[in-house]
Amino acid sequence: MAEILKVQNLSRHYTLNGSTIRALDDVTLGLDEGRILGVVGESGSGKSTLAKQVMALDTPTSGEVLLDGRSLFALSPRQLRAARRNFQMVFQDPYSSLDPRHDVGRIIAEPLHLDPAAPKGAERRELVGELLEDVGLSASDVTRYPHEFSGGQRQRIAIARALITKPRLLVADEATSALDLTVQKQILELILKLREEHGISVLFITHNIGVVDEICDEVAVMQHGRLVETGPARAVLDAPREDYTRRLLAAEPTLEVIGRRSRRVAAR
Amino acid sequence: MMLSVHDLRVSFAREHGDPVEVVHGISLDLAKGETLGIVGESGSGKSVLSLATMGLLPRTARATGRILLDGEDILTMSERQLCRVRGRKIGMIFQEPMTALNPSMRVGAQIAEGLRLAQGLSRRDARIEALRLLEMVKIPRAAERIDSFPHEMSGGQRQRIGIAIALALKPELLIADEPTTALDVTVQAEVLDILDELVAELGIALILISHDLGVIARIADRTLVMYRGDEMEQGETEQVLRRPTHAYTRKLLAAMPGRVRASLELSDG
Repeated sequence: MAEILKVQNLSRHYTLNGSTIRALDDVTLGLDEGRILGVVGESGSGKSTLAKQVMALDTPTSGEVLLDGRSLFALSPRQLRAARRNFQMVFQDPYSSLDPRHDVGRIIAEPLHLDPAAPKGAERRELVGELLEDVGLSASDVTRYPHEFSGGQRQRIAIARALITKPRLLVADEATSALDLTVQKQILELILKLREEHGISVLFITHNIGVVDEICDEVAVMQHGRLVETGPARAVLDAPREDYTRRLLAAEPTLEVIGRRSRRVAAR
Repeated sequence: MMLSVHDLRVSFAREHGDPVEVVHGISLDLAKGETLGIVGESGSGKSVLSLATMGLLPRTARATGRILLDGEDILTMSERQLCRVRGRKIGMIFQEPMTALNPSMRVGAQIAEGLRLAQGLSRRDARIEALRLLEMVKIPRAAERIDSFPHEMSGGQRQRIGIAIALALKPELLIADEPTTALDVTVQAEVLDILDELVAELGIALILISHDLGVIARIADRTLVMYRGDEMEQGETEQVLRRPTHAYTRKLLAAMPGRVRASLELSDG
């Protein structure tokens, strides 16, 4: 299987008051075509910094991001603009990521402005309508505005926008974290369906290890900017090799023991 | 019963048209030393219910029914009376400690503020009490951290400051609305344990609101499941989670990640 994304010895350091913060420290990762790679970590782990580099929204201190074998940071601004249609991003908060003054049709078609060869007029409208149906909304929603939709529906709109350029890689940064559980489940199912139908590859960034287990083929566990452990999702979650992964798993809320800890201690 | 809510209905006035009712007749009882979990998704009315209990509903809201705290109805109290209840009888912990705390005030002073205003403690005595509270919520090196600003602390420590402030006036009832939702999972576990221990130690009642059944399972004796302003079911947490009687509770459980569901089934068998 071809590797669509390769992150090679990637580092991003910041200098603050004379000291160096290693937000991302020598991270190497690969994502095969059509696979879903989960990047899991707590705050400060560097997972969002990683997403920014992969989206070429920031430049690394050192290292490479290869998309289809081509270095992202060696591209000219013009080549980069052209390449952008191949990778799109879905953000955490569907309230701040959609412009409230634009109707849904305009929001979804926005990424096409980068592409002079993109379909226009009736063809464009048809494409937007199809995408809305694809993400479980209705083609007639194009003339409505973001405030008329719930959080889950807005996240579907953001996903439709990301899909309009037919990207091969989708970067989702905590894309379901702000959603209700039942809605999160729907969005995860949507991502799996899109992978099935369009063969899209996904870099899925999350703090929630339970979500990784739901949709990811591979997982990379990060802490303090470094890669802690990586491998097939099921294998890593069932038999973590690293201490930190075990701690993350142990802290995950479970339903194994129900009841107050204080009562159990008192009853002993 | 320390807290007794009878048929609480809350509606909001609209600019056009009839008021819209968002809580449709909720009843609950809570005794001292007990923890009630309220679980629901956005729009379930769980936060409106907690605001009503604090007497913090906005002016556009209309509430009917009764919210009896030690026999006195919150809904009929004047703002003056409410001011004596909030903080002193009911403490509140919010979701986002960074916005709930004053960024330009040292944490010790923020804890001491209520003690000085409500209990008339001297600056010195209030500081001593603030230090005791910091130690109670397990802030390491409390004597140094008492002069820190919120931004110098981690999210988990900030939420512990929130707990210290809520407990400062020794309330009988603590209401925590999604207190660990903004925290990392490893920190969430610590904060829940501290909260649980304190509630047990001080023998006070706790209402913990969460969208996460995993959090509810860990801390609540009893659980109320809400959906669109209605009670779906209410009972012992163990009963509600292991033998849900309502389809919506089952739907919530089904929406949890497979690993969490598996843990429920494992322990059931």
